[in-house]
Amino acid sequence: MTKMHVQTSINGETVEFLCSPQQTLLEALREIVGRQGTKEGCGTGDCGACSVLIDDRLVCSCLVFAAETQGAEVTTIEGIAGDGGLHPLQEKFLEHAALQCGICTPGFIVAAKSLLDRDPDPDEETIRYWLAGNLCRCTGYDKIIRAVQDAAGELAYQA
Amino acid sequence: MAEAIDLKYIGTRPVRPDGVDKVTGRAQFGADQNLPNMLHGKVLRSPHAHARIRRVDVSGALAMDGVYAAVCGEDFPSEVGGSMLGEGGGDLGDVARNIMARDKVLYHGHAIAAVAASSLEIAERALHAIEVEYEVLPPVLDVLEAMEEDAPLLDENCFTKNLPEKPDKPSNIASVMTLARGNVDEGFEQADLVVEGEYRIPMAHQGYIEPHACTATVNEEGKATVWCCTQGHFDFRAATAKILDCPIGDLKFIASEIGGGFGGKTVLYLEPVAVMLSRQSGRPVKMVMTREEVFRATGPTSGTVCRVKVGAKRDGRITAAKAWMAYEAGAFAGAPMGPGCMSIFAPYDLENFLVVGHDVLVNKPKVAAYRAPGAPQAMHAMEVALDDIARQLGMDPLDLRMKNAADEGTQAPYGPKFPAIGFKACLEAAKEHPNYKAPVPEGAGRGVAAGFWFNVGMQSSAEVRLNEDGTVIVMEGNPDIGGSRASMCLMAAETLGVPYERINAFVGDTESTGFCNVTGGSRTTFATGLAVVRACEDIIGQCKSRVAATWGVDEDQVDWQDGQAVPAPGVNAEVTPMSLADIAASMPKTGGPMLGRASLNAQGAGASFSINFADLRVDRETGKVDVLSFTAVQDAGRAIHPDYVEGQMQGGASQGLGWALNEEYIYDADGVMENAGFLDYRMPVASDLPMIDTHIVEVPNPSHPYGVRGVGETPIVAPLAVAANAVRDATGVRINDLPLSPPRIVAALEGN
Ligand code: FES
Ligand code: FES
Repeated sequence: MTKMHVQTSINGETVEFLCSPQQTLLEALREIVGRQGTKEGCGTGDCGACSVLIDDRLVCSCLVFAAETQGAEVTTIEGIAGDGGLHPLQEKFLEHAALQCGICTPGFIVAAKSLLDRDPDPDEETIRYWLAGNLCRCTGYDKIIRAVQDAAGELAYQA
Repeated sequence: MAEAIDLKYIGTRPVRPDGVDKVTGRAQFGADQNLPNMLHGKVLRSPHAHARIRRVDVSGALAMDGVYAAVCGEDFPSEVGGSMLGEGGGDLGDVARNIMARDKVLYHGHAIAAVAASSLEIAERALHAIEVEYEVLPPVLDVLEAMEEDAPLLDENCFTKNLPEKPDKPSNIASVMTLARGNVDEGFEQADLVVEGEYRIPMAHQGYIEPHACTATVNEEGKATVWCCTQGHFDFRAATAKILDCPIGDLKFIASEIGGGFGGKTVLYLEPVAVMLSRQSGRPVKMVMTREEVFRATGPTSGTVCRVKVGAKRDGRITAAKAWMAYEAGAFAGAPMGPGCMSIFAPYDLENFLVVGHDVLVNKPKVAAYRAPGAPQAMHAMEVALDDIARQLGMDPLDLRMKNAADEGTQAPYGPKFPAIGFKACLEAAKEHPNYKAPVPEGAGRGVAAGFWFNVGMQSSAEVRLNEDGTVIVMEGNPDIGGSRASMCLMAAETLGVPYERINAFVGDTESTGFCNVTGGSRTTFATGLAVVRACEDIIGQCKSRVAATWGVDEDQVDWQDGQAVPAPGVNAEVTPMSLADIAASMPKTGGPMLGRASLNAQGAGASFSINFADLRVDRETGKVDVLSFTAVQDAGRAIHPDYVEGQMQGGASQGLGWALNEEYIYDADGVMENAGFLDYRMPVASDLPMIDTHIVEVPNPSHPYGVRGVGETPIVAPLAVAANAVRDATGVRINDLPLSPPRIVAALEGN
């Protein structure tokens, strides 16, 4: 089958790759361009482990064709930490022990970042509904919610 | 003993050593291992729930371009003996037949053949080129139907074990277990009131977010290296060696980071298949399950029917308790009926009881351990019955439990006398908790229930290596599912007397560290922690002897205090204390590198009890249940890293509530699971839950130097009955079966 040529930006870096028309962005990230921080929990859009941002829109990368990202800007977990070190969300996830096994963590951090980019001061309910597309089987969400609340406070303080 | 210690590091909440890699996407999980020249393996699965296999022919697949290996049941050794050491792992012959069917397929999704190809796409197409002829048989899906005499038989050679007389006819009942004390008939006669009920709970899945995955590569000598997500790579290695009939030394297992297990990754499915495919192709083979495969062919835990009868005096004292339970084992024997029988009455000091349990084959996936395997189903029945008693007596449900509570010295229903346990302390803490003292919100209901898990010890090894600069490496062999590396570092810091930051913990592969049983049974912090403490003590002993030689004194004239060697009281030596860093720096001159070691088979794991309560609101029109608040009180013995203890309690509460309110395996009449995806098998999401309040009780376990009890499993036990009792309180209607899903609640409310 003829492969498609895709040029996209991943975490600010221009990346070119070949993929088949039916390959998902998740597969391209993990198996073609070697960004394995994005995880697969279901492949059907139900768990959020594969969350990435495309042009600042939060998506499940398992539901996006890789070819659709031609010319787009993709942000993955690998692009969340800046030059200054960890993002406050990452710091707070660690500080609050908001991860147990950690398989859901990249997806949660990407999803939470997209929330805080839009709403710097979300209340608990807003956070819970925004993150309702991300499954975590280990934590019961309590510490994740607290970490996001605390990160929002930290970002507000930094701003 | 444990109380007397002034603890400096244990009980603090530092960042875990593996944390940064997990928040940045660096951590390597099961599906993250790729090798050059690697093939992709896929499994062909049975489209029938019950059928005889007439013929399997993989030659069509092998003939395809890009397909390099194809195997089916007959390619594997036929005789496999022994049993899987892991919790609930069962007979290895059964495990072998579960990972690749021979003669018969026993559930929809049962593996029947596998291929390896240069791409996933080709591998998937190749599955269609495999020819299988089946003789379809009627399936039996319901546990009670499976127990009937004329039920279709899964295994014609299955004769019920543990009956007084050996049966002359085969049956789906694989075994029976009985536990008894006193005389229940007399007990019931003494009772002022008796409650009785039958409670059904369907199969549920562990629901770990990471699907099973492994990568195997075999060289021309037959030596294999396997990367996989597992709760125990040593036990996986042993099982693979038995299933493939090769020496253990030919296999190297490397545990990746693990994306959840809850018992479900104590059992292997893919690893021997990947090794076979790699042997045949001479190339590395990676296999990753889809979520659908995870649902259809791994886990779950038993669906159950429990009948319970409890009698009590007017003052709340239980006079007799009786239980009859049937557990679905799935395709092969080995439901967690034993721990179910042993746990159902464990929190209580009973004079008269009788428990009978049944392990029953049905045409569903072979069950795997799931967090406190067997206990949630059994204890749900008892805790609901107790709620009914408390209600009829007008007694506070905590008071009723306190009246009957087991304590130090009580003989457990399963035999031994309890050493110090924390059940009463949990009851007291719950009674005093502000959430319990707060009134139940308008229109809501409150439910209370107890939880329990035995906990286990088993075999563990640890090494403590002293680096040249005085930093320390802890090496052990238990995959870290929920922060155990942090706990190991904390116990090492405490024992050595050096700061947490100077210690790092690693999970070694089967060639780089000593044997450890699975991360399961809530054993890791207890048993492997004990090995780490002992290995630290070994290093301290070596340090003292090096320092004694340096100072020119006897070894017993050197003490270890706050991370340094000091002269023992009364020793008159003109010396300055030597820190671990000083001793490390002097290693080349004092005898070379230092390595502390410990290997043990840990005894005295120490049971963990809990009390949970919650306020739930029920929408009477839609049947939807909202969890308004949830409080978990549990005895941790000693919380090494309290964040991760709380995390276990919160995660277990969430899983238990999911099982209570929504989760279930739904089958059609042909035995096909109808909800094999996260959309339809609905686990709790963030918006379904409130904050989960935790209160850690600490009644130290006398068998651990720091008092540790396992904490991982108990948390899932109580929430089932908590939810059932809260819904009863809110609606006035007792619903015996789970899940308390909207349709069931609406039907129950309409029925009244
Ligand atoms: S893997 Fe994409 S949502 Fe689950
Ligand atoms: S930490 Fe394990 S799934 Fe979230």
